[in-house]
Amino acid sequence: MFRATLKSLLARKLRLLLSGLAVVLGVMFVSGAFVLTDTLGRSFDAVFSDAFSEVDVNVAAKPKVALSEVEGEQVATPVPASVVDRVKAVPGVTDVQGVVNADGARLIGSNGKVVTSFGPPQLGENWLGESDLLKLREGRAPQADDEIVVNVALADAAKVKVGDRVGVLTLAPKKEFTLVGVFGYSGGRDSVGGVNEVAFTTPVAQQLMLGKPDVFSNVTAQAADGTTPEALRDDVARALGTDYEVKTGKQLADDASASLKEGLSFFNKILLGFAAVALLVGTFLILNTFSIIVAQRTRELALMRAIGASGRQIIGSVVLEAVAVGLIASVLGLAAGIGVGALLAYLFGKLAGGLTLAGLGVPPAAIIGAFAVGTVITVVAALLPALRASRIPPIAAMQDVATPDRPLTKVTVGGSVVTAIGAGLLFLGLGGHAGDNTLATILGGVLFAFIGVALLTPLISRPVVALLGSIFAWSVPGKLGRLNSGRNPRRTAITAAALMVGIALVTGVTVILDSAKGSISALAEDTIKAELVISGAQTGPRPASFDPAVLEKAAAIPGVRLVDGEYGDMATMNGERTWVAVSSDVAALERIFGAKANAGDISRLNPDQMLVSSDTAESRKLSVGSTVTVQLSRGEAHTYTVSGIYESSQLTNPVVLPPQAAADFAIPQPIQGFVQLAPGTSVAAVQPQIERLLADSPEVSVADRAAFIKQQTSQLDTPLRMIQILLALAIVIAVLGIINTLALSVLERTRELGLLRAIGLRRAQTMRMITVEAVVISIFGALLGVVVGTGLGAAVVRALKDEGITDLVLPWSQMVTFLVLAAIIGVVAAVLPAIRAARINVLGAIAHD
Amino acid sequence: MTATVGQQAQAAARASDVWKVYGSGEAQVIALRGVSAEFERGRFTAIMGPSGSGKSTLMHCLAGLDSVTRGTVMIGDTTVTGLGDAGLTKLRRDKVGFIFQQFNLLPTLTAQENILLPLSIAGRKPDPAWYDTVIDTVGLRERLGHRPAQLSGGQQQRVACARALVARPEVIFADEPTGNLDSRSGAEVLNFLRNSVREHGQTIVMVTHDPTAAAYADRVVFLADGQIVSELIEPTADTVLDTMKKLDAPAEVGN
Ligand SMILES: Nc1ncnc2c1ncn2[C@@H]1O[C@H](COP(=O)(O)OP(=O)(O)O)[C@@H](O)[C@H]1O
Ligand SMILES: [Mg+2]
Repeated sequence: MFRATLKSLLARKLRLLLSGLAVVLGVMFVSGAFVLTDTLGRSFDAVFSDAFSEVDVNVAAKPKVALSEVEGEQVATPVPASVVDRVKAVPGVTDVQGVVNADGARLIGSNGKVVTSFGPPQLGENWLGESDLLKLREGRAPQADDEIVVNVALADAAKVKVGDRVGVLTLAPKKEFTLVGVFGYSGGRDSVGGVNEVAFTTPVAQQLMLGKPDVFSNVTAQAADGTTPEALRDDVARALGTDYEVKTGKQLADDASASLKEGLSFFNKILLGFAAVALLVGTFLILNTFSIIVAQRTRELALMRAIGASGRQIIGSVVLEAVAVGLIASVLGLAAGIGVGALLAYLFGKLAGGLTLAGLGVPPAAIIGAFAVGTVITVVAALLPALRASRIPPIAAMQDVATPDRPLTKVTVGGSVVTAIGAGLLFLGLGGHAGDNTLATILGGVLFAFIGVALLTPLISRPVVALLGSIFAWSVPGKLGRLNSGRNPRRTAITAAALMVGIALVTGVTVILDSAKGSISALAEDTIKAELVISGAQTGPRPASFDPAVLEKAAAIPGVRLVDGEYGDMATMNGERTWVAVSSDVAALERIFGAKANAGDISRLNPDQMLVSSDTAESRKLSVGSTVTVQLSRGEAHTYTVSGIYESSQLTNPVVLPPQAAADFAIPQPIQGFVQLAPGTSVAAVQPQIERLLADSPEVSVADRAAFIKQQTSQLDTPLRMIQILLALAIVIAVLGIINTLALSVLERTRELGLLRAIGLRRAQTMRMITVEAVVISIFGALLGVVVGTGLGAAVVRALKDEGITDLVLPWSQMVTFLVLAAIIGVVAAVLPAIRAARINVLGAIAHD
Repeated sequence: MTATVGQQAQAAARASDVWKVYGSGEAQVIALRGVSAEFERGRFTAIMGPSGSGKSTLMHCLAGLDSVTRGTVMIGDTTVTGLGDAGLTKLRRDKVGFIFQQFNLLPTLTAQENILLPLSIAGRKPDPAWYDTVIDTVGLRERLGHRPAQLSGGQQQRVACARALVARPEVIFADEPTGNLDSRSGAEVLNFLRNSVREHGQTIVMVTHDPTAAAYADRVVFLADGQIVSELIEPTADTVLDTMKKLDAPAEVGN
């Protein structure tokens, strides 16, 4: 029995491999995700343990506002210079250093643009001299206040050399320095983990990176011989009291690595999400292949039954086949996953500016995940066909009749129930009735909806396929192709459903993002009353910013009525985190952003007053006159009195503080500037003047309002593109499904095709017949996908109405593209099966079995 | 029921008043109308009749491949009628062998694997002496490693015969086993079937519409319109043909 199964498996290896390919791809994503995160994780470990290898004990102050890697950049609270002396006094320490080290030192390259790092920080530091780890490669150390050294990678990226005058943006606007040297790291490395570094003299670093003299970011110390870092840490901590966090170098490395890994786990989840999509589509494919194989082997299976095989043995043999396919697919998928993981890690390392990768690692999770997912999915998908196989009566061995077309009542009822469950879950999840399980409920709803619709497809396929097919029915081959595609509604339906999943997801995501874009730009166009906007694209963790002096100078330009600079910071308000903003001119709230006062006065602010949005007022239970303690990224906590409440909208910030507060923001510079012109003033006349003012703020530029809105909303394009590319994979898998179904149908109809050829159907006509069948199936799938996707997208958009997504934007041109794409997919998928059909030997086919 | 003692008299398969109705209403077809017959042990019985007379239906009912509408079927001392799937599976494993007109073999298995398939399905080992005897009788020793596609039609049917014999079932049912063969290959297969009855005491029930094939049997049962209408013991091709001719002339049916 076992032997018979294996033999039949080998005889069908190509066919099974084709359907196994879907599982291979899914498994590839699963194992690739684990391999990637493992490899990058260990690379980070290595980078940080290296970077902190020369530190035994580190002293830092507790941050004013604690943020995780995902929430934004945390600003270290400066340590007073006196701490250096206090640490020096602790017995057993040597080599105590005050360190300045903060993100936001942006070097202007020889092309006049700021060098970006796409991820890793751009550190501004005080020069602490060479060490075992760090060596000057060229030039000398900075001695004067206008001298700097930078790491080799940064000098290369900026295309600057020793002796050049270079501009650097810091907390202060652009300042010019002479580059007096470049440094690198041991092992010939030009940077550590892709970080860009600018080193100043200590006083300059303190002023520019920390904002005041005589403070450090942290203090490091070495343990003298005979003292362990842990013992020294405890001694230092005792000497300094509870105001400071004292850690060993190893703890620091672990912390830094852990916070980056948190970001990675998010990446991991995305990849696993796509694995789930690939596997869902793959399940349809496997189900279909096994159903067809069982149908084709009806006589063989019946013969086995006739000579004594029990139903259970038949199920066993089909399941065994599935296990074998699953195992092979898992092995291939794992291998492909290791490759993909390695490739992505390599790309990631490159993008992160030369992260030195630790050796490629295959964690047990990748292997276990690969085999569990690959095998279980295949077996589950094959279970239904296996059950059907076991019901084949032995007498079928002697009858020439194909499996009769069973009524669709059961599937239809099942499909309706499952669809209803899916709709219910979506209603609960989107309606906000599912509490903490909202995401799981929505995902469950989408999954059930897909399966439900897939079960309903056989019923829908009859009329729709007939309708679609009638387009092609003008020629005999077209007519035959149409009839063929309606011949086995279940098979057509499952094949089309596999295509549906990918297209529905793409359509759904596009509907949601386009609606969001449409709603935001409509709102912005209606409300923002500024003819010109200053802003820049954000490339790393830090948004682009510009010199606040530009604001005053712009306001002085003739014809300019109002200029507002917007600042932002993550702060804590009565201990809870919130985003706070500063408008350099509070009047802009009403006059540029169209805010409406709900209570109090929102047109002015004293240094001790603040404004809050109606949403914030509601959630924090604030009213005019309430007092609130706000801790910004820097400085001391400050108590404000709420002096006004404005109506919340997409464009309003939760909290607006007086302009004085901006000095304590992590970025004490405006991120956006809005310029309102007096009536009759020409935009074209003012724009070049502001451009000139921005000469020393190369991160930003000035654009008219339409261009600004377009640029803002186009930020949604990047995630959309990424999702589209990854979902395209689901569509590719579905194409494999169409090829598979057609190839099997051709095989199944060998005799019939031979007969058609015998009575005069030409080769080209045969091929056209197969192509029509493929195109009908794929357009049907795309149509389903577009409809289901639009439905899902529209449901989400409706649910987000309160979040400000008010307009439902349907991507008509995209939908048409999908349908055209589907037609092309059909033609492509039909190529091989059509050639095969056309090559059928007429005599051989008639003598077939 | 039969009082006669002795092995020969004990029936290997028995049909009592078997009715088989297909479909209902206008599309109703009565394939068998109260057939009663016994097939003795160690005998080669042929079931003959014109096309559509119910031969295959009778065989399927006897073998438990199809259910009967009324009446009972027994194989040895097992009542087939009313058995569930598990019972029928056991029956097919232990008591019944089949030879079909075509599509007898799994295309992916070699001749030897096909022959041993019923035993391996049942998880049994062949009796080596008996296996050798069967292989030699069918004369396929050189061909054991070949796949069905590499064998001629006659050879394929001989593999099917060997497969049926190797498990030593209570009774072998063969439905037109020579229907697709030329007369020489057909004669080989029929000789082989007759020998297995004469030399090894196998019981065989064979459906055929070919008088020459029927002449190899010990006894011929004639079926017309779903009823047993005549019977011949020790038939020859001529006597079978004569009987068939009489059956074809409606006036003489029932003689
Ligand atoms: N599955 C079936 N459904 C309906 N009618 C059937 C079926 N099988 C056989 N019949 C009918 O029963 C009658 C006897 O058929 P069969 O036993 O195959 O005849 P034979 O083998 O003698 O040619 C015929 O009229 C045939 O049409
Ligand atoms: Mg027949």
